[in-house]
Amino acid sequence: MSSSRIEILNDGGLRHDARRPYELRSTSFQLNTHPTAEGSSTVTQGLTTVQVSIFGPREPRQRSQASHDKAIINVEVGVVPWAQGGGGIKRVRGDKRLQEIGASIRQTFEPVIMTHLYPRSEITINVQVLSADGGILPTSINATTLALISSGISILDYITSISIGLYLKQPLLDLSFLEEQDLPNLIISCLTNSNKITLAQMETRLHIDRFEEMLNLGLEACKVLKIEMELIVKEQTEKIVERMNVKSIISSNASGMNIDE
Amino acid sequence: MATATTALPSSSKSHPPITILKRARADVPLSQNKFLKKTARGKVLNILRERYLRDDIPCGVEDCQICIDYPGYRSVLPLKGYTEHTKYGEGHWLVIDTNIVLHQIDLLTALPISLPLIIPSTTIRETRHRSLPLYNRLQQLIQDEDRLIWVWWNEEARETATIPKEAEQGKEKETINDKNDRAIRQVLHFYPEHLSTSLPKSSKLPKLILLTDDRRNREIADGEGLIAISARDYVDGLIGEERERLVDLVVGGVDEISVGEKKGKRIYQDYLPQDTLLAGVKTGRFHQGHFNANQYNYLEGTVNVPGLSKPVLLVGREAMNRSVNGDVVVVEILPESEWKAPGSEVVDQDVALRDDDADDDESPGLAEKEQEKAKEDRMDVDEETKRKPKNILPTGRVVGIVKRNWRAYVCHLDRSSLSDAALTSLSQQTVFATPLSTSLPRIRLRTRQAPQLLDQKILVTIDSWSVNSRYPDGHFVRSLGKVESKEAEQESLLLEYEVPYRPFGRAILSCLPEEGDKWKVPTKAPENLEWRDREDLRDLIVCSIDPPGCQDIDDALHARRLPNGNIEAGVHIADVSHFVHPDNPMDSEAASRGTTVYLVDKRIDMLPSLLGTNLCSLRPFVERLAFSVIWEMNEQAEIVKVRFAKSVIASKEAFTYEAAQLRKDDKSLSDPLTQSIRLLNTLAIKLKEGRMKAGALSLSSPELKIHLNSSESTEPIDVEQKQQRETNSLVEEFMLLANISVAAKIQETFPATAVLRRHCPPPKTNFEALQDILQKRKNMTLDVSSSGALAKSLDACVDAKEPEFNTLVRIMATRCMLSAEYFCSGSVSKETYGHYGLASPIYTHFTSPIRRYADVLAHRQLAAAINYTPLHPSLQSKSHVEKTLSVVNKRHRLAQMAGRASVEFYVGLALKSRGERTGQIGGKSSREEAFVIRTFKNGLAVFVSKLGLEGLITFKKDTHTFDPENYTINVPGSNGQMIGISVFDKITVDISIEKDQNTQRGKVKMIMVGPVNSENL
Repeated sequence: MSSSRIEILNDGGLRHDARRPYELRSTSFQLNTHPTAEGSSTVTQGLTTVQVSIFGPREPRQRSQASHDKAIINVEVGVVPWAQGGGGIKRVRGDKRLQEIGASIRQTFEPVIMTHLYPRSEITINVQVLSADGGILPTSINATTLALISSGISILDYITSISIGLYLKQPLLDLSFLEEQDLPNLIISCLTNSNKITLAQMETRLHIDRFEEMLNLGLEACKVLKIEMELIVKEQTEKIVERMNVKSIISSNASGMNIDE
Repeated sequence: MATATTALPSSSKSHPPITILKRARADVPLSQNKFLKKTARGKVLNILRERYLRDDIPCGVEDCQICIDYPGYRSVLPLKGYTEHTKYGEGHWLVIDTNIVLHQIDLLTALPISLPLIIPSTTIRETRHRSLPLYNRLQQLIQDEDRLIWVWWNEEARETATIPKEAEQGKEKETINDKNDRAIRQVLHFYPEHLSTSLPKSSKLPKLILLTDDRRNREIADGEGLIAISARDYVDGLIGEERERLVDLVVGGVDEISVGEKKGKRIYQDYLPQDTLLAGVKTGRFHQGHFNANQYNYLEGTVNVPGLSKPVLLVGREAMNRSVNGDVVVVEILPESEWKAPGSEVVDQDVALRDDDADDDESPGLAEKEQEKAKEDRMDVDEETKRKPKNILPTGRVVGIVKRNWRAYVCHLDRSSLSDAALTSLSQQTVFATPLSTSLPRIRLRTRQAPQLLDQKILVTIDSWSVNSRYPDGHFVRSLGKVESKEAEQESLLLEYEVPYRPFGRAILSCLPEEGDKWKVPTKAPENLEWRDREDLRDLIVCSIDPPGCQDIDDALHARRLPNGNIEAGVHIADVSHFVHPDNPMDSEAASRGTTVYLVDKRIDMLPSLLGTNLCSLRPFVERLAFSVIWEMNEQAEIVKVRFAKSVIASKEAFTYEAAQLRKDDKSLSDPLTQSIRLLNTLAIKLKEGRMKAGALSLSSPELKIHLNSSESTEPIDVEQKQQRETNSLVEEFMLLANISVAAKIQETFPATAVLRRHCPPPKTNFEALQDILQKRKNMTLDVSSSGALAKSLDACVDAKEPEFNTLVRIMATRCMLSAEYFCSGSVSKETYGHYGLASPIYTHFTSPIRRYADVLAHRQLAAAINYTPLHPSLQSKSHVEKTLSVVNKRHRLAQMAGRASVEFYVGLALKSRGERTGQIGGKSSREEAFVIRTFKNGLAVFVSKLGLEGLITFKKDTHTFDPENYTINVPGSNGQMIGISVFDKITVDISIEKDQNTQRGKVKMIMVGPVNSENL
């Protein structure tokens, strides 16, 4: 019932939340939001907020899993109890949907993290969904990229991700929860510099003719996200560099004093 | 701020840039919508939704400097405004409130074209929530490009976005209605402000007027310094003809009812609240279904409900409780002791309620009341006597309405409801309008132009039906013309069966090929796209066989011997999908029309006639694009191979059935064309044999042919039954075969969304009555265990003396069956695909794409199945296919009914002219033989097979006796002894056309003349 009552795309070309088809939801990227993790980030897209913390590279918890030539990647996904409308996700740890999201994230990042640099170690990606309104997986992937960057683990490129829906002939970008339920949708994530796609996931049927158009559109949208991300990363790094400069001045002063004494 | 922060220098200009909307913190109160929602299980969810506030919503005002670059801007609203108004002569625009759409839609659509309207999106959304049909009409209005209508997306635009006000001290939380009213008023504040900045200072701004029937809203608007006016006041202020034209369209107005607050006594019970109804239906306490009024007895109706095998009977006004034919109602079943059998008496509303006064229904004439009471008593007694048979039906009463199915009805004014003085007065008066269809109640109507409307057909819609009013209240929509004038009758017919008959609009015609009727199949060359993947079948000896005068030739055939001894037979269907592309205006119009409607002297096309009768029509001697189904068959007409191909053909001849028959039978001819017809004929005979063996039914419905005087005058002269020739069956067999082959192919390729047609086996109970009658009257049995068995037993129903008897039984058997329907293959289980009548496991419609929309869909799917074109996404969506097909099913049904009604009307005219020609003085009647098909307590229903006409003979005096067990009515003969007349008896009737004094309606009147003259019975 409820689905028939919302208009996916009205005559004015507006979606139910007054976006146009090619407009993404409001984003906010924050780095280093977890005090003890090696790297962390909180990403908000619309009303979906995901916090990702990276632990490692560190000794594997289970020795048997360790690999002698590369790091292994663990992904844990959790949803906080107060996150609304999870799209059928039960907030139990072993939930199938959560495991699937975890597996998707691991597969996305395995080829991108230079694991051979960290042999015999483990990198744990902990994803916490703080609020959900569609696009949990793309937002998690975006957040993981930022968290990896902030942790300093070597990766090949920015990976960004986006969901693309199809309403009749019109592709829609960045679906909200309501749209996700009504439309066939495709989630892609890609390496933005090399245009390589690391994940293309679809759980509904879609016509092959539309697929190419959606894929290309998704690639472009991923690049838009990447530009936005890079801005934040550079800004953050500048701040850190500034801080480092200040520190070095202070410490050089201090050492100078030492010499004086 | 919703600003685009990053935009990629878009490499390809094919789509607008991809941007990220940024929501500022300041927007948060407006951009987040938090609400509580109760789920079906009763759990309460706290839901938060976001929305973005836009600064790029165009205002639609001409010369607006700000909005001109916003996407979707068009210059619609003229600065001059509308000036033809006594109060607001200096130019104004109207802003439409939701209640105007909900209650005054007829007025809204009739408003002058040059009157600029602003429709806030809140209004659209509320309408959509309240009533989908009204929403669709509103959409139609908005999309009409000739009108000056602009939709302002008020909730999306930053300036006019609203959120519900939270409860404050001393104030309650704002209701959703108040919030919407406020949102609409906000629009009136916004426009002047916006225009004062965007237009040059000197320009004179038109006034904005809020059109609303909600008094409270008007008062608040006044308080805020806005202008608001009710529909009635606004129309009263219009100048001259416009006022005259519109004044009757105004519905009383919500205000008036609340002011008047009629006391009076209640006639009906109040409906239960919606959630009680839904809960009741869920728990099984109530039942839900469509209300069918009994057309023979206006005090009786039935409701078919899914839970019960028999329909629920509703007896009397109170039980029917204001339901109108077609409404979805909820009924409560009465205790079994109160169950009744349907009355077996004919009660005509016009006669029974002749003396009712339109003005006061609180105290209907006492005599009338008593009369009705007496009648109901008699009916009850009647049922007592009939308790023995199994006729008793569950009886119930209506406790609520889920959905009204009111539309505009074609009516006559009831002359008796007008006083003599009123015949000349121009003051407003209350009159009765009697709908054409006997299954509808009379409608009370207030009008100022009663005298002019007396002998006209008029269109009336029902507005409301209150508990203390015996009749529903309605309003006049428009006049169709003089009664019995052909134009009025024709239009009334189209309206009555909801046939869309507007001429094709500009947008639709622009989808036609640019060359117009000069379009030709281009020469065969690789660069011409038409020839891509098309087979060149121009050399084949192809011909078409159709009824005489057929202009839209859908199909052509050919057959030839192959070198290997097999036979190649081909059916070539007009390639409509080459011209009608999915998802353009022409396609959506065709989808909504669903089918071409054939009336006796008119055809309402589904596609513009350029396509239907020219470019697609497989006319002889020209090259045409076709979609071919080609079989290789052996001598026994078994299919060896089948293939489908887009092709180009050149028909060698267009035959009529008669001409083809002559050609085939002419022994002296042996040219390839004749041989091809003969070959087709022999195959068809074998095909038919095979089909009959498999258990196909040959059903019957009266098919008539009306002779018209000349094509211009359309004056009917006579009626005769259509002849069936061998060639009719030839074409039919091949069309069936093509349809079946295509159905199998598209079902295989698109198992989820193939467009198919099925005919469900009828429930055995449908035949019970007919079986009983046959058993008792003719000692014949009808085996309904399968279609094959039925076909066999139908063949056995022969009365040596009455050759027409078999046809009659077939007609009656056909009426017991369900109707065939289109469906989407993914929506039902595979076991129910079958076509009962044709005894085919799968079936579709493929062969008449010019006149049926389902065929167009089948064409598209077949084209995709053979990899000619990709399948359009809409045809892959099950829900879309289902939606389209449900429209097509409905249109198909209505079109058939319209066609039949048209024939009936012309039969009437023909009878009249026949009477005039034979010159019987005063009689104007013709004598025909008729079969009795049903007996009532006080009359007979008869069927005149020669005219395909059904009629009613009633006995006014009580000299007869009725034996319902044996379907016999005994009437006194001339010499006093009783003569029994039963179902299936043949009688002689005089048929005449009689004009009803009150309704001006021409009625077929039948009088039995043999074996007994019924005139003084």
